[in-house]
Amino acid sequence: MNVGVIVFPGSNCDHDCRHVFQTVLGQSVQMIWHKETSLKGVDAVVLPGGFSYGDYLRTGAIARFSPVMGAVKAFAKDGGAVIGICNGFQILLEAGLLPGAMLRNKSLHFICKDVHVKVENAATAFTEACESGQVLKIPVAHADGNYYTDPVTLAAMQANAQIVLRYCTPEGKVTPEANPNGSLDNIAGIINPEGNVLGMMPHPERCAEDVLGNKDGKLIFLSLLKAMKVKV
Amino acid sequence: MSLVITKELIAQHNLTDDEFKKIVEILGREPNLTELGMFSVMWSEHCSYKSSRVHLKKLPTTGPRVIQGPGENAGVVDIGDGLCVVFKMESHNHPSFIEPYQGAATGVGGILRDVFTMGARPIALLDSLRFGGLDTAKNRHIVKGVVAGIAGYGNCMGVPTVGGEVVFNDIYSLNPLVNAFCLGVAQKDKIFLGTAAGVGNPVIYFGSKTGRDGIHGATMASDSFDDQSEKKRPTVQVGDPFQEKLLLEACLELMAGDLLVGIQDMGAAGLTSSSCEMASRAGNGIDLDLTHVPRREPGMTPYELMLSESQERMLMVAKAGKEEECIRICKKWDLDVAVVGKVTGDGILRVFDQGKIVAEIPAKSLADDGPRYERPYSPPGYQDMLTNLNYDALPDVKDANAALLALLESPTIASKRWVYEQYDHMVRTNTMVRPGSDAAVVRIKGTNKAVAMTVDCNSRYCLLNPYEGARLAVAEAARNLACSGAEPIGLTDCLNFGNPERPDIMWQFVMAIEGMKDACEHFKIPIVSGNVSFYNETNGLSIYPTPMLGMVGLIESVDKTMTQWFREDGDDIILLGATREDLGGSEYLKVQHSREQGSPPYLNLETEQTVQSCVLQLIHSGLIQSAHDCSDGGLAVALAECCMSGPGQMRGAVVRLTPGRQRIDSILFGESQSRIIVSAKPAQRQAVLDQAQQMDVPVTVVGAVGGASLVIYVGDERSTTKTVDLPVATIADRWGLSLERRLSQE
Repeated sequence: MNVGVIVFPGSNCDHDCRHVFQTVLGQSVQMIWHKETSLKGVDAVVLPGGFSYGDYLRTGAIARFSPVMGAVKAFAKDGGAVIGICNGFQILLEAGLLPGAMLRNKSLHFICKDVHVKVENAATAFTEACESGQVLKIPVAHADGNYYTDPVTLAAMQANAQIVLRYCTPEGKVTPEANPNGSLDNIAGIINPEGNVLGMMPHPERCAEDVLGNKDGKLIFLSLLKAMKVKV
Repeated sequence: MSLVITKELIAQHNLTDDEFKKIVEILGREPNLTELGMFSVMWSEHCSYKSSRVHLKKLPTTGPRVIQGPGENAGVVDIGDGLCVVFKMESHNHPSFIEPYQGAATGVGGILRDVFTMGARPIALLDSLRFGGLDTAKNRHIVKGVVAGIAGYGNCMGVPTVGGEVVFNDIYSLNPLVNAFCLGVAQKDKIFLGTAAGVGNPVIYFGSKTGRDGIHGATMASDSFDDQSEKKRPTVQVGDPFQEKLLLEACLELMAGDLLVGIQDMGAAGLTSSSCEMASRAGNGIDLDLTHVPRREPGMTPYELMLSESQERMLMVAKAGKEEECIRICKKWDLDVAVVGKVTGDGILRVFDQGKIVAEIPAKSLADDGPRYERPYSPPGYQDMLTNLNYDALPDVKDANAALLALLESPTIASKRWVYEQYDHMVRTNTMVRPGSDAAVVRIKGTNKAVAMTVDCNSRYCLLNPYEGARLAVAEAARNLACSGAEPIGLTDCLNFGNPERPDIMWQFVMAIEGMKDACEHFKIPIVSGNVSFYNETNGLSIYPTPMLGMVGLIESVDKTMTQWFREDGDDIILLGATREDLGGSEYLKVQHSREQGSPPYLNLETEQTVQSCVLQLIHSGLIQSAHDCSDGGLAVALAECCMSGPGQMRGAVVRLTPGRQRIDSILFGESQSRIIVSAKPAQRQAVLDQAQQMDVPVTVVGAVGGASLVIYVGDERSTTKTVDLPVATIADRWGLSLERRLSQE
C-alpha cells in the first residue's frame, strides 16, 4: 500500500506516522507538503497530529485552507480512506469532512497520558482487526479534544454507528471519570456516514511496537491494511 | 552619533570603570552608544563567564567518546553506529520570575536552538525546576506559569519532555530556577559549528523579524533582583514555538544540502553575539549591514537591532554562490530571510546602517577578550552553624506511618504527575521509560540502542557542604542512569548561584566545581557543555547553591532497559549497599523537624562505583526485575515508590530492616548513598547474592513483593511490631495527588 502523510507547517507527528507505516508495517509512504495540489496517486491519506500553523487561531482552522485540502476532499469524496489523528481530526472537522467541533479540554490543560477506548463499531475499515467492544489502551496528547456537536447530529451519528471509539475504563465501562477531556458522549473517534473518513484524538502511532511497551494502536493500522486487502 | 558617554550611562550598562577603560584601550577611542551596548552584553557575566571561567577550566572535558566539548552551542558525544548525541542544559531563571510563562517557554526555545544549530534533531527535553513553597498564591502562580510555558513551547515543537525534577523550598520564592536540558541526535560526520570561515562568504539572517523585545536580557540575567524587579518585564522575550518549528525544519533541510559553512542561533545578546562569536572562532571579521535586517517595526536604531533578543532567529554563513538555494529553503518554510553581510579577513565586526558605519570592533575583543576575574572567596561565617547538629536533641520517630505519609506528601517527593501530564512526553515515538522513573529512556531509531537521561542536584546538600553536595549530585545522576541500565557517557551542567562578588557565594561556587571535578574524574565522565547563572539573589538573599547536572547514559541494547517499580508478587526485595546513620540534610529532617542542617550523607566514590557496576551487571545478565535508587526520603520512600510508581498494577511489599544501634528514623528515612533496591524472582536470589558478594557490595534480602500494603518491620526476626503498615492505595493517593491538591487552593 502507498500511504500519503500530509505535512502542514507545524505538523509534528508526521514522522511518527511514516515510521509506523514504513518501518513497522513495511508499506511505502509519501510525505505530501501542504502546498501540493495532488495526492500523487496514494491509496490512503493520513492527516497527522501536531500544531498546524501553531494552532494560534482555532485548532485546524487555518490548515483547512491549505492547497492540499482540495485534493484530500476530492479523494474522500471518491471513497478514499482518510485518517485524521489529533490535530488531523481537528482539521477534518474544520474542513467539514466530519461533523462537529473541538472545544478546549475541560481541565483547560494540555493532557498527555494513556487512556482506554472502547471499539463501539468494529465493522469499519479502521477497526475491523478489533473485536466489537474491545478495549484499547492508547495515549492522548492534546489541549483541545473536547468534542462537541448539536443533539440532532449526535443522534444521527449514534443511529449510523458513526461513533467508533469512546473513552472508557480499563474494564470497558463508559463513565464520566474515564473521559479525559469532557468530550460529548465520551467520543474519542468518529467516522463519516460513508465510512471512509476517520477522526480520532488518541494517537495509535504511539503504541504500535513492543519496544514502547504497548501495541494496541497497531490494530487501527492493521485494520486499514486488511480493508485494503494488503498482506502484512 | 555625538552622544557623550557619561558615567551614568556606563553604570546603566553594568560596566565598571576599569572595564570601560579597557574598551577605550581596545578601540583607541571612546565607544559610541551602539558599541557600548554591544560590549556591555558581550562582557556581561551571562555571556562572558568573567567570574567563572578561571574555575570552569578545571573540569574534565575530554574522553574517548567526546566529539565536541564546551565552547560551542552544545556538546557532542559519540554513541556508535555513525551517530552522536548533542546536548546541553541552560538556565532561564531571571525571566521566569518576572514573566513565568514566557520566561520558561523561551528557555525551552533557546536550548532547542542550541541543539539543532549543531545539525541534530532534538529528540528529548528535560527540565529541572526550583520553586518556593506552595502555600503562597504568588508561588503557585509561578509554578503554573512555568509548567504551562514549558508545555506550550515543547508540545508545539513536537519534542517530548521526557523527564526532569521539581524541588520546592522557600529559598527559591523570589528566585525560582528554570533549567532546560535538550538532547538531539545527529550523524557523526554532519556536525555544524558556529564559525564564519571563508573570506567573502555571505552571512544570512533567517527566522523571525527583529523587534524591540528582550533588549538587555543578558544584562538583566547578570544582576540581582530587588523589589522593583517586576518592572523589568519588557526585558523578557516572547516565544513563538510555531516559528521555531519552521526554523528547525528549515535548518535541518539547509544542513542536508552542501550549503553551509557555519551557523549559530541568536540567543542572549542576539545579533551581536552570533556575529562576533562566529567571526572570532574563525579568526575572521564580518561586515554586517543592518539595512537588510528584517524588522518588526520601523524606526529601530542600530543599538536596538544589535541588542534585541527577539526569539527564533539564526545567522548562517553560506558557501559563496549558495545564497539562492538557502533563500529558497527558508522561503519554503515561510521564514524571513536576508543576506545581511559577508565574511572579511580583517577580524573586525563592522556594522553598517543606511551606508554609514555604526560600530567597528575587533570581533575577538568582543567575544573572547572580556574581563576575567579571580574573585576572592571564603566560607561564610555561618557554615559551621549549619553543619553542627545535635541529633540527641531530636527525638527518634514515634509514628513512622505518619512520618512516611508526610514525606510522601511533601511537594519535593510527591508525584510530579500534575506537571508531566501537561507535557507531551511521547511524541516522536521513542519514549521507552516515561517520566516518573529514575531516568528517562528513549530509543534511537535505526539502531538497537537507547539513551537514558537524568537531571539531578540536591541543593540542600550543596548548602551544607558545596564540595560534598556537588560530588553527591554526580554520584546520584550516575546511579539513576545505572538503575535504568545505562553507562554514563557525558554530562552537561547548569550552575545556579548567588552574587559572585560576595566571597561566600564565590566560595560555594569554587567548592562545587572542585566536587564536580573530583567525582567526574573518578567516574571518567566528561563535561561537554554547560552554563553558569549567577546573581540568583533578591534583596541580598541568595538561593542555595544549585549546580544542576544533566547526565546522559547509553544503553547498548534496548532489551536491557530497567525500571524502578516492582513487577511481580513473590519477588525478593534485595538491598544493595549499606545503611549508615545519615540524617544530615535529609528531607525527613526538614519535614519532621524543620531543620535544614547537619552534614550531607557520606559518599565514598569507590563504593559508589562498585554498587553501580553491580547493578549494571545484574541488569545485563537478566537477573533482576527492577532497580531503584534510594535518595530523598530514604529507604522507606524508595520502597513506597517501588510499590506504586509503575504504570500497571500497584503492589504491596513486606520488608524487615534490622538495625544495629542506629536510630529508627535514620534506617527508614536517612539518605545514605550508594544504595539501590532491586527485585528479583526467588529463583535468581542466589545468583544475585553471589554477584554482589563477588564484587564486595553489601547485599541483603530485605523482604518480598506482595499484598495490598507496604509493611516494614524494624527489628530482628523475632520482632512482630509493624513499624510501617499502610495500604498501598493510601500512600498512592497521598503521594499521587498531593501536588494537584496544593495547587488547586485558591
